[in-house]
Amino acid sequence: MLNPRQVMDTYYLDVRSMLLEIAATLDRHDAAAEGEAAAVARDDPRRQKIEQALRFLAAGGSRDDRTEQLLLHFSEEPVAT
Amino acid sequence: MFIVQPHYHAISRTTQDYERMAAAGVVAVAEPAFWAGFDRLYPETFIDYFRQISEFEPTRAAQYGIRHFCWVAVNPKEAENPALSRAVLAKMPEFFEKPTVLGVGETGLHKSTRNEIEIFEAQVDLAVRHDQLLLVHTPHLADKLYGTKRILEVLKNFRLNPDKVWIDHVEEHTIRMVKEAGYWLGFTLYPITKCSPRRAVDMLERYGWERTLINSSADWGPSDPATLHDCIFDFRRRGHTLQEAIEVFHNNPVRYLGQNPKFDLPLIQVETREAGLLASP
Repeated sequence: MLNPRQVMDTYYLDVRSMLLEIAATLDRHDAAAEGEAAAVARDDPRRQKIEQALRFLAAGGSRDDRTEQLLLHFSEEPVAT
Repeated sequence: MFIVQPHYHAISRTTQDYERMAAAGVVAVAEPAFWAGFDRLYPETFIDYFRQISEFEPTRAAQYGIRHFCWVAVNPKEAENPALSRAVLAKMPEFFEKPTVLGVGETGLHKSTRNEIEIFEAQVDLAVRHDQLLLVHTPHLADKLYGTKRILEVLKNFRLNPDKVWIDHVEEHTIRMVKEAGYWLGFTLYPITKCSPRRAVDMLERYGWERTLINSSADWGPSDPATLHDCIFDFRRRGHTLQEAIEVFHNNPVRYLGQNPKFDLPLIQVETREAGLLASP
């Protein structure tokens, strides 16, 4: 296993790139939403899911289950028919 | 490096895959039966598909020195048609006799509907009655957590040897429940969905690699057999030795699949002729 410095040395630039992709996608979504479409876009449950996930990641602290928690966040029970 | 690719859908790939996998050290692949990209209408279409993966694909792979094995099953998506599924199940035992067929798979759940569960149970029963290995697909994305729990509930109702059961496509939110149930588990590496090569190595480091299989999969959708090699690269980059990589990416598949004597690849142990070389990873 890598030590903490090696983890950052190895993966920092990749994480930076992934964060920029998230930022660019949110910018793209906002830019595409104008007028009435803006409210609809804000209410898109997928956008809300993403923003909730980002707030969870931004909470900071030391933990080792962020991936598991995000997967639970994106999980759904089947709708009864 | 010697690599076994334990979950590979050759039928949806070009021969170039075999060439590149062979060049990168893949010595064997195992091809579960799966969805054809459309819902089939006739049992005979499945039978011809089983013939293709059990008779033709081994010859295509052999051109590149790769051993090809396969599984037969009705996949969960097409299990929505129980009459069709039962007609196919009736023919599956004939294929258990073929020299490269390893067991029943991939069965499991997709949307966890009543029909899917009925046909999943019928295939588990078939595997038990014919003493076959069992490969279980867990659902995608948002459906995975619920579907994996339902699969484990269904399996509890059978007198199964957990050594013979492989629950595939586990992720961080489903790995513990599968490990605790005592089954083999699989990580499936995709460019976007399921698991990434790095997350797979994270889980290996956190939970150990006993009873664990790693596959890139490769199917009709965006998928890449080389994700398995990306995973090996990251595993080695983190300081794990060559022998440890062989344990995960070759010997573990041999341990699981080799429970069927048709899968006759040997376990591999790295030795060097000069003392000290093994100390370097």
